[in-house]
Amino acid sequence: MVGIVIVSHSRLAAEGIRELAAQMAGPDLQLIACGGLEDGSIGTDAVRIQNAVIQADSGDGVCMLVDLGSGIMSAETAIELLEFDDEHSDIQVRIADTPILEGAVSAAVSASAGDSLEDVIAAAEEARGMKKLQ
Amino acid sequence: MGKSTFYNDKMMSFPVFYFLYKGGLKMASKVYECIAKIADSIIENKDYLTELDREIGDADHGINMARGYTEALGQLPQDEADIGAVLKKTGMVLLSKVGGASGPLYGTAYMKAAKAAAGKSELTVQDGKDIFEAVIGGIKLRGKAERGEKTMLDAIIPAYEAYCAAMDEGKSLADCLDAMCAAAKEGTEFTKTIRATKGRASYLGDRSIGHQDPGATSSLLTMEAIRDYIGA
Repeated sequence: MVGIVIVSHSRLAAEGIRELAAQMAGPDLQLIACGGLEDGSIGTDAVRIQNAVIQADSGDGVCMLVDLGSGIMSAETAIELLEFDDEHSDIQVRIADTPILEGAVSAAVSASAGDSLEDVIAAAEEARGMKKLQ
Repeated sequence: MGKSTFYNDKMMSFPVFYFLYKGGLKMASKVYECIAKIADSIIENKDYLTELDREIGDADHGINMARGYTEALGQLPQDEADIGAVLKKTGMVLLSKVGGASGPLYGTAYMKAAKAAAGKSELTVQDGKDIFEAVIGGIKLRGKAERGEKTMLDAIIPAYEAYCAAMDEGKSLADCLDAMCAAAKEGTEFTKTIRATKGRASYLGDRSIGHQDPGATSSLLTMEAIRDYIGA
């Protein structure tokens, strides 16, 4: 099953989004919140993100949802760290280009259904175009 | 590592590592001392960097950078012989502890430098040049930025070019370092005249003109600390 990592500058935001997405997820989904720095302050930490991806992976890849600016840079740095980590360089990991909350919910549904990483990313990115008002 | 090596200007294509040739002391401890010098300067200028960032960003650049370098000072091995290992550790600490955009940017810069210096306890001219290029390549890749976008690259790229040009003209070490810092300073000043198209400052559009880029400023401080350390 594809794993999901939620990356935010805020620990509370990441955990809150995780909580919402978990309601839509099956019991086996690896859904990891990775928000803030280790000490709980606002920011993103590429090394923590790297570890979250390792934790989320069960062999079928990992979809990352990220919030803003430097969160994307830290997530990309984490992917690069993984590439140079001999033990974990085979993990397939991608960042979904989508709003973090809506994307996380869609990705959780798709991953829980057993979709491939490509399909989970597509589902997360479909959320980008969702209209809220009809 | 005799005096003849020390006075050979051709050794100097990358100033950060020139001190490696200065004497017979442990190489990596010199790398540590140089990084400590950079850390001191960043920490001393914490409020200044944060103030610059208050004008066009989110007022955390100095705080974030100082936090990262304070942590690095505590965690870096002072007697590690592998230069790459010291640089890598610096990069990892900055990736983890800085928090803002400068974390992945400076972290990547150090990691790229580390990769180019991996396993080495001494560096040649060519190693130094490779390292400098790796650093610039890493920052461009991570920040998806080019020169002229009001970023740290506006300090670093002109500094690199001025340094190489001074080298090619056969200038002395001191002159090369001064050329590097002069170009970095000019580049940093130049960021006042241009509009930000990357990072938080880009939300301000034309209103970012007139303000000096905090990232270019911390890069300038880094290069000045290197010059001051080597010149000491």
